[in-house]
Amino acid sequence: MTTLEVAAPHAIVADIVALRRRDRRRGVLVTTGLVVGLVALGITALAVGAVALTPADVLAGLLGTDGGSAFIVTGLRLPRLALGLVVGAAFGLAGALLQSVVRNPLASPDIVGLTGGASAAAVLAIALGATGAAVDGAALAGALTAALAVFALAGRGVTGTRFVVVGVAVAFLANGFLGYALSRASLTEARSAFFWLVGSLGTAPWRDVVRVAAVLAVVGLVVVLARGPVSALTLDDDSARAIGAHPVATRMTAILLSSVLAAVAVAVAGPIAFVAFVSGPVARRLRGQGAALGTAALVGAAVVVAADLVAQHLVPGSLQPPVGLVTGALGAPFLIWLLVRGERRKETSS
Amino acid sequence: MTLSSTTATPAPEGLHGPVLRAHDVTLGYTRTPVVHGIDLDVQPGRLTALVGANASGKSTLVRGLARLLAPLSGRVTLDGADLAHLPSRRVARTIGVLPQNPVAPDGIRVGELVAHGRYPHQSFFRGHRSDDDDVVAAALAATDAGSLVDRRMDELSGGQRQRVWIAMALAQQPRILLLDEPTSALDIAHQVEVLDVLRAEVARGTTVVLVLHDLTLAARYADELVVMAEGRIVAQGAPRTTLTEDVVEQAFGIRARLLEDPDTGRPVILPRSAPTAGSPPAQDLAR
Repeated sequence: MTTLEVAAPHAIVADIVALRRRDRRRGVLVTTGLVVGLVALGITALAVGAVALTPADVLAGLLGTDGGSAFIVTGLRLPRLALGLVVGAAFGLAGALLQSVVRNPLASPDIVGLTGGASAAAVLAIALGATGAAVDGAALAGALTAALAVFALAGRGVTGTRFVVVGVAVAFLANGFLGYALSRASLTEARSAFFWLVGSLGTAPWRDVVRVAAVLAVVGLVVVLARGPVSALTLDDDSARAIGAHPVATRMTAILLSSVLAAVAVAVAGPIAFVAFVSGPVARRLRGQGAALGTAALVGAAVVVAADLVAQHLVPGSLQPPVGLVTGALGAPFLIWLLVRGERRKETSS
Repeated sequence: MTLSSTTATPAPEGLHGPVLRAHDVTLGYTRTPVVHGIDLDVQPGRLTALVGANASGKSTLVRGLARLLAPLSGRVTLDGADLAHLPSRRVARTIGVLPQNPVAPDGIRVGELVAHGRYPHQSFFRGHRSDDDDVVAAALAATDAGSLVDRRMDELSGGQRQRVWIAMALAQQPRILLLDEPTSALDIAHQVEVLDVLRAEVARGTTVVLVLHDLTLAARYADELVVMAEGRIVAQGAPRTTLTEDVVEQAFGIRARLLEDPDTGRPVILPRSAPTAGSPPAQDLAR
């Protein structure tokens, strides 16, 4: 296709092949490590509790060969574990996707008001007596309204600080609306809404798990199909356009997908704090470069399951705190660290 | 499917290659035109340098030619077809673009960045292939960046970084290369290095258009100079005939002496003070 044809230098080709192979090996290693970690966390979550089980009991319960442990494992503990996994993965993917296409680690759904919008709308729906799918729908509408507001106010294709600042403003707006919705609710409603708002995996019917898993699967598939454009968007917009990508369209689609994913997870488990925010940076650190969306989903799942274990078994007191308190306690220092590190990097590079 | 080495072939016989053309193009941001109704035929197989004062519209014109900016009116055509209506990957297989301030993703390595240049040749059904590696390697070799494959972008010098970005554009295997101030942050040695790389691309038959600040370097390296002022082309043609003291004054508002480069015969610009300036630079007074 070019005008002149000469063989590429072998040494450079070899370096490029080696670089890609190393990157792939790192990916396999990270993925394997995370999956092994998740399995270990899962077995622990199924074994530990008021009735302590051995791993062999857990296995017997899963396979249904032992009636007693089968009830504890598949009846009581597995739904909670499964919900933690899918909700964590959903938050992780939603966060990493948004951070990646906006190219700002602060642009996660929980910081720019998407989960805030979902929560406010969901609580309002609950206060009005809605249940089930109606709450889902309200959360989705809330998240999309917030996304639309951020996108419209930040301007077309705008990335970086402006998007985040507008997003934080929208998050405050959603919070105010949430306070209003709560003030209209009765005391008992408000108390249950509070638990849900902090983010809790407590009572999870299987259909909630399936709902989140289905949305996660669809969005995951789209992200896999669109990995090229998403990866091109890790470049600046001009460079992405120069190689033939469509940054604005890709970004809008990604924001939409991220909103849907975050909204469904919020509707089921509440806005579990900081999971969407931390998963992406951790995944990118593990992978070294790139958008690392799949890794982020695994990290999100691990964070939520681990935090729920801590909340259930390691926090003293008779009342179990919701999982969102634990992730919040872990995430806030991480946010501060990320900001401080970012400042320092700016100082050293200028 | 690969690029050649620098020394392989002499300059091509000439005017071949796809034709990029601006027809009465007005360009601007937020509706205020910066470039007013320009007609420009980019000479195929040659190096065209756009020069002009700051805010003369030369970067904006390149952005328009590179379809990074949609014209407010008029159109840019590639072989007669409106650029705005061509599929963007297809355009990217013909036109490579180096924007003014490209930003590399955090932590990315040179080999990975240049591989982004293969994007327009890939699709969901046609993922990475081993000949992509060959093209990336050839692009790195052409920009003398072959030893940097494993290095991270953030640890490179400005000159190295710029050569890697050019390699990314070359990995698209473009027939036309558009560059917006590729030398502006570089010292003189690295400027010459980058321009030599581009000259070699022209020798390979690539059409190159670039924005340059340094008039002497532009006159030295360009086949065709396009001098812009206030969003319009004020002079255009071979450097020796195009660059006159009047044109420099018209475009930059300063008087200048032009000498002839004893080696190349090209014009060399010696700026003098602005006609209206109260106090000329101290150095000029001292001489």
